[in-house]
Amino acid sequence: MDLDFEKEIAEVEKRIAELTAADTGRSEKRKTEITGLKRKVKSLTKKVYSDLTPWDTVQIARHADRPLLRDFIAGMCSEFLELHGDRREGDDKAMIGGFATIGGQRCMLIGMVKGRTVEEKVEANFGMPNPEGYRKALRLMQLAEKYNLPIVCMVDTPAAYPGREAEERGQAEAIARNLTEMATLEVPIIVVVTGEGGSGGALGIAAGDTVLMLRYAVYSVIPPEGCAAILWRDADKAPQAADALKITANSLLELGIIDGIIDEPAGGAHRDPETTIAATKDAIVQEIKRLKRRQIRRLVDQRYDKFAKMGRFQKKRHT
Amino acid sequence: MGWFTTSSKTDKDKAKGLFVVCPGCKAHIFEEERNSNLKVCPKCNHHDRLTYKERLDLLVDPGTFREFNKHITTHDPLSFVDGKGSYADKAELAKSKTGMNEAIVTGSGNIKGIRVVLGIMDFRFLGGSLASGTGEKILLAAEHALRMKRPFILFSASGGARMHEGIVSLMQMAKTCAGIARLNKAKVPYISVLTDPTFGGVSASYATVGDINIAEPGAMIGFAGRRVIEQTIKQKLPPDFQTAEYLLDHGFIDAIVSRSEMKDYLHKVLMYCSRKKA
Repeated sequence: MDLDFEKEIAEVEKRIAELTAADTGRSEKRKTEITGLKRKVKSLTKKVYSDLTPWDTVQIARHADRPLLRDFIAGMCSEFLELHGDRREGDDKAMIGGFATIGGQRCMLIGMVKGRTVEEKVEANFGMPNPEGYRKALRLMQLAEKYNLPIVCMVDTPAAYPGREAEERGQAEAIARNLTEMATLEVPIIVVVTGEGGSGGALGIAAGDTVLMLRYAVYSVIPPEGCAAILWRDADKAPQAADALKITANSLLELGIIDGIIDEPAGGAHRDPETTIAATKDAIVQEIKRLKRRQIRRLVDQRYDKFAKMGRFQKKRHT
Repeated sequence: MGWFTTSSKTDKDKAKGLFVVCPGCKAHIFEEERNSNLKVCPKCNHHDRLTYKERLDLLVDPGTFREFNKHITTHDPLSFVDGKGSYADKAELAKSKTGMNEAIVTGSGNIKGIRVVLGIMDFRFLGGSLASGTGEKILLAAEHALRMKRPFILFSASGGARMHEGIVSLMQMAKTCAGIARLNKAKVPYISVLTDPTFGGVSASYATVGDINIAEPGAMIGFAGRRVIEQTIKQKLPPDFQTAEYLLDHGFIDAIVSRSEMKDYLHKVLMYCSRKKA
């Protein structure tokens, strides 16, 4: 899948592929041309990726080849023991979790599954958890607290599922319960937004001590398309809405909503998943080590203070 | 224009003022009669939305309400401008229209002699949306309830998080729930009253995690909007979907309480929450 703003890069890449395929005679001239084109790809990528709009970033965050939770688990965890079910309703395939070892650190890993193939996507409900997903996540978080394991939440969801049964089983309550319980859990909570941070559906496992975002992930109160449909009365104004909503990692860091950004190689995680996953692993291990050293009561108080400070308002007399 | 605005009204009708159309049963009812009935339709019991002031007058013993943080008002963290103008302008308009500084009023007051901390959302102010100022007022009220060990009662009426403050609005969900979590740890009562409408970021935060969740009859309550759900599942939803009664059936509401009974009901509940030795 080529993105609009990547067309130029894709064209050069295509030319390289053609030349490489045709290069049976190993002519020096062709070799030089290929080397030159490769250099061009590199500089083009750097140029394009240094000047992305928020809407471009949305496309990258949703890219079909972007690493997904299962890729992160395979690349980061020396062990992953998946634990199933919310003990009430069922086992949500859009939200998974279990005991994990990352860089020698034992933890509870929880996150959303989007799926790569059509079958996987359907099974995972396109990464949109139902209430039982949030309740499974909470069960595992409380288990982590019992066993004194740090919690790592990997966020990648367009939204909590807006379906009839989801409402009937209390989608709102499930998310609200998580937010309330996470506020006082007595173990460190580390959150990484890896792709789409879709509103309350994302926040339902994202009220943590440290919240990190990948460079080209997005995190928003509403999808840009939805916002455009409501406030512009035109879903095609999504690029404008993406701009206005301030949804990129840089904007969120500036606003003081997240604590750090995990860098992706120029060209995005979809061009180089290994490097991205390795960087994510390093960041998580570092945070686990850092937060484990902290006195837990103080950490929980600081978690409260952190969210209590969020918000910008004025104190002035109404005229 | 309806027929009721023409000059064919009788003198008796004129004395009772204008007709209004009940959004519930579409019947034409006298505005004055409805208003004297707590904005509840005398024909079908439809509970129309109340302003914070009307709600306050219904609930709190006269002269006992003390407002908190009334000067907290909107800021524009994203300098947000959409297709129809700026958030700053919209907020100013909401302020002048309602006389409020934010979508919620908080304070302390007595309910039949019991001192409580109260929050009352007002849908007129930007759809009762949850944003920085709203979240701050709720957290400060919860902190006051915690310090004074007084029950916290929150009336919700909201379309959800305020888009114009983007991610900052979303974070108010975590912020307000952190406040509720501290009340839970300290065993301070928290009662949530869901009124029409309670949706999105408000239903997915403080509104649904009361020790006791109460709703007004017919209130619309849900996470996603009806239209979004119908578009997603490509099916029509039952007519009573997302009503208070529907939520009661599905186990998310403790009781549906009529407006006229609300004060008495809250008082009765409060008598069980005082944690006095038996």
